[in-house]
Amino acid sequence: MTITEKILAAHAGLDRVEPGQIVSVKVDVALGNDITAPIAIREFRRVGAERVFDRSRVVLVPDHFAPNKDIPSAEQCKALREFAREQDLEHYFETGEMGVEHALLPEQGIVVPGDVVIGADSHTCTYGALGAFSTGVGSTDLAAAMVTGEAWFKVPESIKFVYHGELSPWVEGKDLILYTIGRIGVDGALYRAMEFTGPVIERLGMDDRLTMANMAIEAGGKNGIIVPDATTRAYVEGRAKRPPVYYRSDPDARYAEVIEIDVGRIRPQVAFPHLPSNARAIDDVGEVPVDQVVIGSCTNGRIEDLRRAARVLRGQRVAKYVRCIVIPATQQIYRQAMREGLLEVFLDAGCAVSTPTCGPCLGGHMGILAKGERAVATTNRNFVGRMGHPESEVYLASPSVAAASAVKGRIAGPEEVVA
Amino acid sequence: MRFCGRVWKFGPDIDTDRIIPARYLNTSDPAELAKHCMEDADPEFVAKMRPGDIILADKNFGCGSSREHAPIAIKAAGVSCVIARSFARIFYRNAFNMGLPIFECPEAFDGIEEGDEVEVDAGTGRIRNLTRGTEFRAAPIPPFMQELIADGGLMAHIAKRAAKG
Repeated sequence: MTITEKILAAHAGLDRVEPGQIVSVKVDVALGNDITAPIAIREFRRVGAERVFDRSRVVLVPDHFAPNKDIPSAEQCKALREFAREQDLEHYFETGEMGVEHALLPEQGIVVPGDVVIGADSHTCTYGALGAFSTGVGSTDLAAAMVTGEAWFKVPESIKFVYHGELSPWVEGKDLILYTIGRIGVDGALYRAMEFTGPVIERLGMDDRLTMANMAIEAGGKNGIIVPDATTRAYVEGRAKRPPVYYRSDPDARYAEVIEIDVGRIRPQVAFPHLPSNARAIDDVGEVPVDQVVIGSCTNGRIEDLRRAARVLRGQRVAKYVRCIVIPATQQIYRQAMREGLLEVFLDAGCAVSTPTCGPCLGGHMGILAKGERAVATTNRNFVGRMGHPESEVYLASPSVAAASAVKGRIAGPEEVVA
Repeated sequence: MRFCGRVWKFGPDIDTDRIIPARYLNTSDPAELAKHCMEDADPEFVAKMRPGDIILADKNFGCGSSREHAPIAIKAAGVSCVIARSFARIFYRNAFNMGLPIFECPEAFDGIEEGDEVEVDAGTGRIRNLTRGTEFRAAPIPPFMQELIADGGLMAHIAKRAAKG
């Protein structure tokens, strides 16, 4: 069996499962945010439920339109707060301790290897980087799991991606996943598990792995997953709030497809509007002036991302008439960036540094685009109107490319800025 | 159950941001969401469509965010059902869970034009183009999903199961 099949089988109380089989599984963590949880809470009440199945396993993070952007958003956050208080939830994160959910949960050790995690947020697939089965669902699925502690799944077929070769300078986890989505398309992994393997993945740090698993949904994937190794164990030790279980795929595991990728040929990538699959090498971008740069999000708001951005921005200035907004994804990352002097680098360069929020990524607040404006963002989606006006544009890239673009005022590779 | 209405066509990879842009997600009120249904795909859609009309889309309809506001907006706008070449998985799941009828049919997109009158038989999956006299068949709904529909959605399904003990 693959790692995905093994985790689902274990949580279904079965010895083995086959792709296509429908199973009901025990859920280790069920997550909601200020956009999706209000509907789940309404459904929870509608069926007359009184208590959540486990107060330590239902996690609420108001991070999308928080700190509250307007009165209706404040009402939604209030609904979460009141529910958390009523149910005495162990993991509710108020502004001040809140972070972008998919950076926060791994950091706090709330999700651990071997888990089944569902979240009413499509980027819940992020935790696959730890070797968990983790997938996005809607509010009704969240409500059902809040009541029963269970969720139903069709066991997905898996695609195995094997990354080999040597990474070129400035090529990061973001570039690998954008390249991959560019190759297979936005529905290239529809309904399937994406298992990222190979020597390149084994050498990749945890932050890069989280970036890759995060964007599995952009290829239509049910989940992204990486078999845990020494890097995973080092990350999990000292954080895990529950004992992790380390699964690995069997040597004779069956895959619907095996895709080999030689990373030596991959250059920093930029995904053009309006699909994440419109990826191009930085060399093929041409002259694209930008109005705004966003560095942050559940995809690229972690400490390694900020270090990379700072490496490019150190001693530089953001181009005139360009806004560069840096958003550390959690309070812990914010503090770490402060200690390492990264915030000072950003401030010196003329960046705005924001408290953690999903804000601009989904066109919520804290950096909305006007008609005709163009942004380079380290986020995950460049759909029509994603960051603001339906006639604005989002280009997806790594923190290094985003930082270089802020300096140049047009989409630029980091080697144009750093000697 | 049968659905009968005029068809509105949309292209491939219609994401949930286009179905209901995030700028309207500071509420989950179906009537409010319905006002902005499909707004960034076709700003005129809500003004043009009539209750009972049908959305027909190319591949990967509903990709992107997990927001259930997307099927809620479509249902509350009065769309009777959605037919697509294929659906993104979270949207597919959400639609069954909250009770928006959807039909996967690879052939319908090429055989039906915008404005055609179409009738869908939910039981048999038969899609009839009344304007052109042609017929298509939707992919069968998996038995487990049929059970969900029969029970009236996921929450009703679990309530029923709980009642059985």
